[in-house]
Amino acid sequence: MLTEVEKTKIQHEIDQSEYPRAACVEALRILQAHHGWVSDEDIRELAPLLGMTPDELDAVATFYPFIFRRPVGRHVILICDSVSCWVMGYESLLSRLNERLGISMGETTPDGRFTLLPVSCIGACDRAPAMMIDRDLHMDLDPEKLERLLEQYT
Amino acid sequence: MERPLTRDIRPDGEPLGIGEYERAGGYGALRKTLREMTPSRVRDEVKASNLRGRGGAGFPTGAKWDFVPMGDDAPRPKYIIANSDEMEPGAFKDRLLMEGNPHQLIEGLIIGGYAIQADRAYVFLRWEYNRCAERIGRAIEEAYRQGYLGKNILGSGYSLEMRLHVSAGRYICGEETALLNALEGKRGIPRSKPPFPQLSGLWGKPAIVNNTETLSNLPHIIANGAAWFRGLSRCADGGTKIYGVSGRVMQPGSWELPLGTPIREILEEHAGGMKEGFSLRAIIPGGASTEFLLPEHLDVNMDYDSCQKAGSRLGTGTIIVLDDRTCPVGMVHNLIRFFARESCGWCTPCREGLAWLEKILRSLEEGDGQSGDMEILAANTLLLGPGHTFCALAPGAMEPLQSALGCFREDFERHVREKKCPWR
Repeated sequence: MLTEVEKTKIQHEIDQSEYPRAACVEALRILQAHHGWVSDEDIRELAPLLGMTPDELDAVATFYPFIFRRPVGRHVILICDSVSCWVMGYESLLSRLNERLGISMGETTPDGRFTLLPVSCIGACDRAPAMMIDRDLHMDLDPEKLERLLEQYT
Repeated sequence: MERPLTRDIRPDGEPLGIGEYERAGGYGALRKTLREMTPSRVRDEVKASNLRGRGGAGFPTGAKWDFVPMGDDAPRPKYIIANSDEMEPGAFKDRLLMEGNPHQLIEGLIIGGYAIQADRAYVFLRWEYNRCAERIGRAIEEAYRQGYLGKNILGSGYSLEMRLHVSAGRYICGEETALLNALEGKRGIPRSKPPFPQLSGLWGKPAIVNNTETLSNLPHIIANGAAWFRGLSRCADGGTKIYGVSGRVMQPGSWELPLGTPIREILEEHAGGMKEGFSLRAIIPGGASTEFLLPEHLDVNMDYDSCQKAGSRLGTGTIIVLDDRTCPVGMVHNLIRFFARESCGWCTPCREGLAWLEKILRSLEEGDGQSGDMEILAANTLLLGPGHTFCALAPGAMEPLQSALGCFREDFERHVREKKCPWR
């Protein structure tokens, strides 16, 4: 069920948009901010507010990598796997993450702390390798720095 | 040397507030535009400046605007959109401009809007650039408060509404027609052209999409004139360029330099040459979708025509360095994996072809290469080339692959012969 707060925020976005469906990405993000992901029920409830069918809205939701249609951990690690980071040591970062967290790309740790996902070039090529954890950008990484970094996200 | 785009960016990277921007001359070009210039004068000035698009394709900005219907019977509303969805692997130039001087982009967008008499403007920004989102959002609010946006801007009679759209990933959204679909709240897949966006772009109305760096140049062109702008470069096209270098060089980074600065100068004087223990094997001059160039090309000038003559493209102007201790096949695999993942899936050659090529390149890296693999790779560079796909994504992906097959033939063959990646 959408809360009143969510409905108000979503309505505000719709009012600011030229057409209701133009607000769909922002509306999905509002739901995601509250639950961490977007459920089937969310899609069914949200679609009519935007003048869309649930299928139309889901087509958009599943198009975007950063609208999560499945539950994710408390923290989402987005490791840049594009070319400059690859040259500068992406693979050793990834294997350290795999080892340390015991998960592969796309998985969540059993304690629900971290989800590991790839991200395309995040424009930090001059300070590669880089990754984001939640909304924070981390650069000039190596496996040792990574260990210390993970401790900040409990 | 003049550096108009980055001159006012503070060393600590904190953004210029509107007061600081104004004290540095900011919004002066907008005042001049509204007070002294007709929209066609602005378009003529930009045409005369020889400004070409900085997003990768290099289309002349003034000529792009010329297709927009003008006059009282033109369809309304008209739109101008900043393509701030920077996601070309190896590119990190627009982020610098948006984080350091967001008002420069906003002012450019308003001037561009005036030139085509746009009613509405959008900044289309990728989600991952959240620091840019905060800064641009604040800059738009400040510009409204100072009367640079909204109704009857500075009493000129011209009105423009501006909004920030934060996207949610996908490289293809940087393709202008996919971007327009995404703004309309649809899946971000490209459209067929014609109709061109200038006639039927956003919600069926005329729309112009310009890159962040392109738009950021406009205030300077208007303030100082087309002749001054042409004089900034070392080639026929006007202006400076934000160049970048990443990979194993001493000082990876970005620098605003005259358009047409030689590759060697960028790599050696600015990036400080290669890191100790590494030597230069090749470069990709302008982001992931440009052809490899070799050490023999270091004296090529980084401008549109010179890069093309050398068999590559200026693209985004951000150089990626391949060193002698990195596997070229692995690097190409990384590039093709990116394009395969980012393919929107709309047309078959791109959706199926890139996935197939990715698999072949992966098998080469894993020691499972077959003797016919090179031929399959080569044949597909044509099958996925221009004319066979819905948009430029797959043809762009083929640029590094087909050049790598020429530049690193022996490396590919070694992978097959030795049944392993020699670098692992």
